[in-house]
Amino acid sequence: MKAIVTVLGKDRVGIIATVCTYLSDRGANVVEISQTVVGGYFDMLMIIDIDNITCKIGELAGGLEEVGTDLGLIIRFQREEIFESMHRI
Amino acid sequence: MVSRQEIRMTNRMVTNENLDVRTITMGINIMDCADEDITRFCDKVYDKITKKAEKLVSVGEEISAEFGVPVVNKRISITPVAIAASSVRADSFVPIAKALDRAAKTVGVNFIGGFSALVQKGMTRSDEILIDSIPEALSTTDYVCSSVNLGSTKSGINMDAVKKMGHIIKQTAYLSRDNGSLGCAKFVVFCNSTSDNPFMAGAYHGVEEADAAINVGVSGPGVVKTALEEVRGEDFETLCETVKRTAFKITRLGQLFAQEASARLGVPFGIIDLSLAPTPARGDSIAEIVQEMGIEQVGAPGTTAAIAILNDNVKKGGIMASSYVGGLSGAFIPVSEDSGMIEAVQCGSLNIEKLEAMTCVCSVGIDMVAVPGDTSETTISGIIADEMAIGMINAKTTAVRIIPAYGKTVGESVAWGGLLGTAPIMSVNKFSCEDFINRGGRIPAPVHSFKN
Repeated sequence: MKAIVTVLGKDRVGIIATVCTYLSDRGANVVEISQTVVGGYFDMLMIIDIDNITCKIGELAGGLEEVGTDLGLIIRFQREEIFESMHRI
Repeated sequence: MVSRQEIRMTNRMVTNENLDVRTITMGINIMDCADEDITRFCDKVYDKITKKAEKLVSVGEEISAEFGVPVVNKRISITPVAIAASSVRADSFVPIAKALDRAAKTVGVNFIGGFSALVQKGMTRSDEILIDSIPEALSTTDYVCSSVNLGSTKSGINMDAVKKMGHIIKQTAYLSRDNGSLGCAKFVVFCNSTSDNPFMAGAYHGVEEADAAINVGVSGPGVVKTALEEVRGEDFETLCETVKRTAFKITRLGQLFAQEASARLGVPFGIIDLSLAPTPARGDSIAEIVQEMGIEQVGAPGTTAAIAILNDNVKKGGIMASSYVGGLSGAFIPVSEDSGMIEAVQCGSLNIEKLEAMTCVCSVGIDMVAVPGDTSETTISGIIADEMAIGMINAKTTAVRIIPAYGKTVGESVAWGGLLGTAPIMSVNKFSCEDFINRGGRIPAPVHSFKN
């Protein structure tokens, strides 16, 4: 099962490291990252594999949101199916 | 692989345009709780509801966290109590309402619907007891919702029941006078009610349904409005196409959530209700969609056509997105729950008569309308009779949820807060329909041919 993690906010040192460490500690595998910084704003999109995570999906989602709050960023976690459902026939 | 644009669009809908799943409602059959003794009946109903819906709230929250879209309400609908409690020997069903309220509080839902009766053709003793219990039931419980079906295209309109409703609504307003006559906001009367509707106050679990079902109500007026901003000034084909496409996306979200909830709760998926349900929040308004179409204020000429376009295209887009569409499915036009509708009333653009015309082409009807507290019982019955006639003749669901706010008059407003919002008191035609309402009896079913 795959999920999308989006990270948005003011750029600072260690965003990717913090998010990736949080994910790897819970068994989530980062499959793809695309990231841009425009005018000091950090915008990252990650696709992660959550088949082997060691906690509940809801806990991972809630935890990521808290990591975002600590870093002053908005981090959203969503299972991939929502995008496929809404935008594909 | 999903695209960055799709992800951004979804997130924008949730963050800026109030996209959410409005309700996951579990329908529960309580016919197997039948008993002559009211205490035993109440215990059986309480036990069944709390067992079946034990995980409803936690599952709703789980799905919401996993997909990053809020599920605003988790609710329960049950078999109409007047049917399920037919064999109960009691003079009042208020204890049943209290048991339902306790069950709702135990499982953590914010409304339970089904303190209801279906009397379009006639009333049983049980229907009468239930209806007489409504005022006290709604003013002594917090989460119980009640509905009565008064007419249908197949059976006509039960005018004895319509007359009784004027009295019941006034009494409910009086008994809940300390809370802005809030009891009336939890009570709705219908013509052609639907038995799989997930929305309150009119949700109940019909007798033709399975033992339990998951019905999901989607929302998203803000999403439709934003989509229409991008096609401002373009022709009606483009307008309709844009509403359809947006409704498709919203409905697919509901479908996904319904399937997830159904699988996790082990309860069959029933239907998706395609309704666009507004909230008092800015940017979550049906009135703003009408304005975006080019109408200065709701109520202006063109409003009925605009609502018709919206309603029809929401259905067309939604039907493509889900095979099981049901409930009320359409655009809701409640006054107190929609900031744009409140504004339209306050600036003098919208009156009850125009609202009634709009209900001919929308789902559902005169909804969350506050009228002066001294409005007579027969006038309320007259407003109900008009709305029932629209539903009966046009073979559609219509409803009335009217609040004769005790002690209030035109120029004032009544605030309930939360999703129920604030209602400006609307003026009512002063001429009498007393002799008409007092005739009693039943309006025969309409002819189904010669549609002119």
